[in-house]
Parts: sequence; structure tokens; C-alpha cells
Amino acid sequence: MTAQEPAMEPEVVDLTVNGQPRQAHPRLYPTLLQALREELGLTGTKYGCGEGLCGTCTVLIDGNAVRSCQTPTRQVAGKKITTIEGLAGNGRLHALQQAFIDEDAMQCGYCSPGMIMNAAALLRKNPHPNRDQIVEKMNGNICRCNNYNRIIAAIQKAAE
Amino acid sequence: MSDPGKGAESRNASPSAVTISRRQFTRLLGAGILMTVTGTDTDAGQTTQARAGSPISDRLHVSVDGTITIMTGKVDIGQGSRTELTLVAAEELKVDIAGVRLIMGDTALCPDDGSTGSSLTTPRTVPRVRSACAAARQILIKMAAKHWGCDPGLLKARDSTVVHATDGQSISYGELARIGGVDEAMEHAGEDDNAVTPVAEWTVMGHPVRRLTSEEIVTGAQVFPSDIRRPDMQYGKVLNPPAYGAKLEVIDLHPAKEMAGVTAMRDGNFAGVTAPTSHLAELAVNRIAKTAKWETFAQPSSSELFTYIREHVLDRPAKQGKVVQKTGTLQAGLDNAAQVLRESYTLAHIQHAPMEPRAAVAEWSNGNVTVWAGTADPFPVRRTLSEELGIPEERIRVIVPDTGGHFCGKHTGEAAIQAAKLARVARKPVHIRWTREEEFTWAYFRKAGIIDVRAGLDASGQITAWDWTTWHSGNSAITVPYDIPNIFVQSKTCRAPVREGSYRAVAAPANLFARESFMDELAHAAKTDPIEFRLRHISNERLRAVVDTAAQRFGWDKARRNAADKRGVGIACGTEKGSYVATCAEVDVDREQGEIRVVRVCEAFECGAIINPANLKIQVEGCIVMGMGGALWEEIRFDNGRILNAGFDRYRVPRFSDLPELDVVLMDRPDLPSTGAGETPIITIAPAIANA
Repeated sequence: MTAQEPAMEPEVVDLTVNGQPRQAHPRLYPTLLQALREELGLTGTKYGCGEGLCGTCTVLIDGNAVRSCQTPTRQVAGKKITTIEGLAGNGRLHALQQAFIDEDAMQCGYCSPGMIMNAAALLRKNPHPNRDQIVEKMNGNICRCNNYNRIIAAIQKAAE
Repeated sequence: MSDPGKGAESRNASPSAVTISRRQFTRLLGAGILMTVTGTDTDAGQTTQARAGSPISDRLHVSVDGTITIMTGKVDIGQGSRTELTLVAAEELKVDIAGVRLIMGDTALCPDDGSTGSSLTTPRTVPRVRSACAAARQILIKMAAKHWGCDPGLLKARDSTVVHATDGQSISYGELARIGGVDEAMEHAGEDDNAVTPVAEWTVMGHPVRRLTSEEIVTGAQVFPSDIRRPDMQYGKVLNPPAYGAKLEVIDLHPAKEMAGVTAMRDGNFAGVTAPTSHLAELAVNRIAKTAKWETFAQPSSSELFTYIREHVLDRPAKQGKVVQKTGTLQAGLDNAAQVLRESYTLAHIQHAPMEPRAAVAEWSNGNVTVWAGTADPFPVRRTLSEELGIPEERIRVIVPDTGGHFCGKHTGEAAIQAAKLARVARKPVHIRWTREEEFTWAYFRKAGIIDVRAGLDASGQITAWDWTTWHSGNSAITVPYDIPNIFVQSKTCRAPVREGSYRAVAAPANLFARESFMDELAHAAKTDPIEFRLRHISNERLRAVVDTAAQRFGWDKARRNAADKRGVGIACGTEKGSYVATCAEVDVDREQGEIRVVRVCEAFECGAIINPANLKIQVEGCIVMGMGGALWEEIRFDNGRILNAGFDRYRVPRFSDLPELDVVLMDRPDLPSTGAGETPIITIAPAIANA
């Protein structure tokens, strides 16, 4: 998103991040990606392109996958955000996190959080996707190490 | 679930000190307070070149709790070097992998192991780490022998302890360190090549080990360069020129400086701002951009790229290229030919486009600066920083956290320089992270080039002559691996039309694309199967072996018989950086739509003794799919100094839907030295697709 002078933005919004009530300041952090990383210190969500073209910054809003670089902070007032840091619960890794480890589905690992969050949204709606459904849902996420085969295998494993 | 934050620190972190000496550091290691140290020593720039003969205390340390710390100037930028170096240390010291902590890419703490590139970690750094660890094992055994007053020959190292072979008593490495004298012994000991564990006795090396940082990665705990946060950190933004080669004539910094908390600076062509948030930094830089006046100069465009290259040869004298390979007499070979074929191949610029763009954080303290940066070259970047900042290297510490992708595209330190310059003015730590557009525009590109080749074939289908000229794209793998009596290979250097640099396997994908495509032309002219034609000209057993293996596993004969108008099969093979590769591809072509779909790929790869088959397989798989991008879609377009496709919607990279069926065959050769494997597996996929 291109930077604009902050006149139109509300000063502060309340939201829930990984189950915790938090506040974000849209005038200083106009995109959700900026608010998460810079204001809330949640750097697990990564910048990839800033144009919504690579999926690296994917988080969940009320369970749906969104590109946080394209999501205005003002629009997430009252929403429930889940980031990669909040995916594991009760001291246990999410099935997808464990499957990514088991399938060695990463090289540099920079795209992995976005991959996992997008896949988490897929499994939430469709717990047993076939390969074509996985490819269709994941096709907007880029991995330059080109681990696509292992990411598919990990999602399939997590869906078992 | 274990605590990911703790794991991240133990594997991938350095003390948060601005500066610290190595000697001070190892003392602190001994005291077991590694992660909490905050030193102020100004001795940060001392560097131990990783020469043979350096004491092994430069390389490793045994702590009183038995933890092993290994230090290397190499970095992990996705290729798996952290896991590899950790497991070889565990093998040689006879400890569990979990007991090894690896400090990478920290100029204050690590010996200079050279640039992380050219696939040299495996053939160069692995042997150094093994020899140092093997020597340390011998020291620990000797100290146990002294402690017990027995013959060291009766003792063996096992599971972080030294064990007496006959009476069964044992002493742990931690206990030996507590007794004292281990550090001193290591300061006076060199590496020991003779003590390394033979391949037949490997219990850790040669076995699959998964990426050690995977839990940190999947929980978001891993701290990449762009994730570094420091107290009161500011966000920097640089004013980019409107085109390559533009000169900044006039700029007014006041519109930025008027903003609360914003600093702005200009130093020649460099202008930039810092602000408390990245958004404010963007607003500030936009304000000064409106006041900037640039002088621009005419620049070449990609539409005229290949004419430009032919017209701008830099070689002297008489614009002759450098002769790289010469065998027999070219003219005699051509005279003996029944037919002569010729072809020209062109190679466009391509961009590495790692998912993490260039990023750095710089922090000054008492005239010293610490820079966390995503780069493959911590020590060269420190030298560049010294020149750019006008301060000695002793005052600069570069730390490279595990980084989000490289592909030979991060051999430089642009963001590090920018962050350090801005932080000096801001008097606060400054974070720089390039945008995707900046990464596509201002990072360097894989060289473009032209390859002209002609060859003679005799009546029996043997190649009699090989005449080759590479224009500009480079020499990697340019020498012909085929048995040909008369060879003339030259390479010309031309003026770079844009900023250029290294790439995964450098120029080998380009040279292989031309050579292997042309080999198929020759095979066709000789009315011979492309594999049979190649094997007819290959005497190197290792190259023959990968070709045979790939062909067999792929089912070449059957696939070739079944090939139809819309489906083709292709083969390519080659050798580079001491490893061997052959690739078969099955490709569907929709001529009406102009679409090419890679259906199935089989690649056989041999790099000597395999150290970590798990990571090797991932590297080969990734190379195949990455290489598809260069073969089918990737091409940087530019016009008069401006990049025309600086985004993922305009620069097409491989995606999930492009994935072919992959069959990777790793050919282990425990009898041969291990060679690097992060690059060579990429060199054959493009010609295999083209030949299909």
C-alpha cells in the first residue's frame, strides 16, 4: 500500500491478537503488517512484497487467511487476529507446524509462516483437501527456495 | 513443545554486545553466561583468518557443562550449512547434535572462512571444522589419560565422555573442562587432518538430519535480519534514484526534518531519512523526493540487449576473448567434418528475488558500530563498511543472522551500509529493509550473454571440432566435458548494461543451456538418440554414471517412444564444482496457447560422499524447480535505466501449480571427497526442458 498522510485514520483501534486484547495505532502503522511487526513486536509475520502478490505476510482474521500487507489497521478493530506465534496451543504445535518439521518443508524458512497460516485457513474450511485443492489455495504463496513439493506433502500429512 | 525462543538463541544467536573480543567471549563461554553478555571491548575487529595452523581455540570451545561451541564465518542463508556444520562437529567430537551450538557469521567471534558461495562450505569449511574437532577430541582423550595416569591409546571418546576401554571408567567433557587446562591446550593445538573419522565409521555424517532450526521457523521464533529489534530502533528509508546512473544534483531535506522524530541526511548521491516507524519514514522520504533534482544519462534497454553486448566488448587487444580451452587444431577438425552446424543462444538477465529482501540494523556505540545484516559475506561486508564509513575494521562488527534466501544474490551489503550511515546521523539504531521493488531494481542481476557455437560432425557421427564463444555471461562450466579432438573455447567480457553479479552456479546454467541444447542439435544431425550420442563422447566415469542412472530411472527409452506431437522428452548432463548431474524431463507443449508444462523430471546427482542426504535431496529438488523459472519465464526487462517488471505480477517465478513430478536420485560415493551441492543441481534442468 502506498503511504498516505495520516489525517483520515482513527488514532487507536482495539483488537484481539493471539487471544490477547491489544491496541494498534493506524496513523503510525497503517497496515496490519506494520502494526504486528513494529508496534506489537510480532515479527513472525514477514514482509515479502508489500503488494499482496506473494503470500508471505498471511495471517488469520476471524479464521480467514488475509494478506496483512494489504489490510488496513483501521479495518481490524474488534477482529480476532491469529499470527504464526499464536498458532500453537496448549504447549502443542499445530498439526501443520509439526508436519512442516516432519517433512523438512523449508530451506530458508522465510516464507514458512505465511505458508502455514494460509494452509491453516484451508484446513479449517476443508479438513481433507485433495492435491488440486491444496495447489489452488496455496498458489498465491511464493517459495523461492522452491520447496513446493514438500509443502504440499506437509499439508497432506497435517490433513490426515 | 520445547521453548522455541530458547532453541532459537542456542542455535542462532550471538551475544547482544556491540563489541566483544573472541578471547573475552570464550572466557564467558566457559563461565556459561554466553547469552547475557554485554561487553564494551573495542577489540571487536580482530579477525582470525581460518588458516591451517591457527589454534583450534579460534574454532571451538568446550564449556564446563560439556556444551560444544563451534564458530564459523560461514552463514546459513537457506542452504543448510548450519545443520551440516553442526552434524560434522558432532561426528568428530562424538557428541549428540543437541550438544553442539554453532555461532555463524559474526566477525567479532568467528574465524574468517571466506564468502558463503561457490559451493565451498562442503569442500573447504567442513574439512576445517572436522579437523579442528578431531584435534579437540584427541586433546580431551589426552587430558583424561593424564587425569587417570594411563595410556591414551586405551581411551575412546563416546557420547560426550572419554571412556576407558578395559576398566570401563569414564569422564565427561564437562568434567574435563572443570578440571582445567582444556582451553590452554586448545590455544596451542592446530587442526589434525589425520584424526578425522573415516567414512566407514561415520554414525552421524552420511545419515539424514532434518533442519535443526525448523521448530523456530514454524513458530515464527527465528529472528531473520529483517526481524532484528533494538531499543529505540528507528526505521530508515533511502531515496532511490529515478534510473540507473542518475546523479543527485539538488535536494532539500527540510520537509523531512520538520517532522517529529525524523532525521534526514545527504552524502553525495546518498540521501535518506529515519523515523520512529516505517510508515513515517516513507512519508518523510516522499517529501524530500519531491525536492530532489537528478541528472540522468542515457542507459541501454533490454530490447537492444544482445546488440549492445556484441558492440561493447572490453577485452584487449583487438577485442579477442580469453581462450579458456584449446585442444588440437580447430580448422583441421572443421576440415574433417562431413557437416558443420552452428547456433547462437541468448541469455537474459534474471533476478534472484529471495523472499527476504536485503535488510540490516546498525547500532553505534562509542564510535564502534554493530551491523546485523542479511548477507553471504560478513567479512567482505565489514571491509566495505570500513571504506564507506571511514573507520577501521576494528571498530565494526558484522553479524549475519540466518537469512531468508540468497541464491548467490546477497554477496553485497547495501542495506548494511545504508543502515550504518543513517544510524550515525540518527544517533539511534536504524533498521533498513528493502521493498520488493527495491530488491528487483537495485540488487544485482544474473549476467546476460550470448553464446555462439559451431561444431563439425564426421560421417560416423563423431564430433570433430568444437568452436565456442561466450559473450559476457561468464566462464563457469564453459569447458567441454565431451571427448572432442579439436576444441577452441573463448569468453569475452563486455560492458555491463545494468548492475550484474553472481547467480546460483554463476554462469553454468547459461553455458549448459547452450552446450546441451546444441548437443541435441548435433545428435539430431547424426540421427542418433541424444543419450547414446552423449555417451559416445563421454569417457569420464562419473558423468557416464549420472547419465545412465537418470536415463534408467526416468524410463528414457519408453518415454521417448511414447513422445508425441505435444509431449517431448529431453536430457542434459554436466559437471561443475566437482559434482555431476544429469536430468531427464518430460514436457507438454501446447503450441496454440504457447504454453509449456513440465510434467516429470528425474535428476541423478553425485557429489562424492554425501554428508547429509536429507538436506542434499532438498537442495536438488529446489534447484530443479528454481531452474524451471529461468528456463521458462524469468527475464528482467529494462528501458533506459528503469526496470520494467520489478514485481511478482510482472516477473513470473515458479509457483505451486508449476510443480512437476520430481524424482531425485542421490548417488553416494563414500570413496570420494564431498563437494558442494547447492548450485550444480540447477545447471541441467533448462536444457533438458528445451531439448524436450
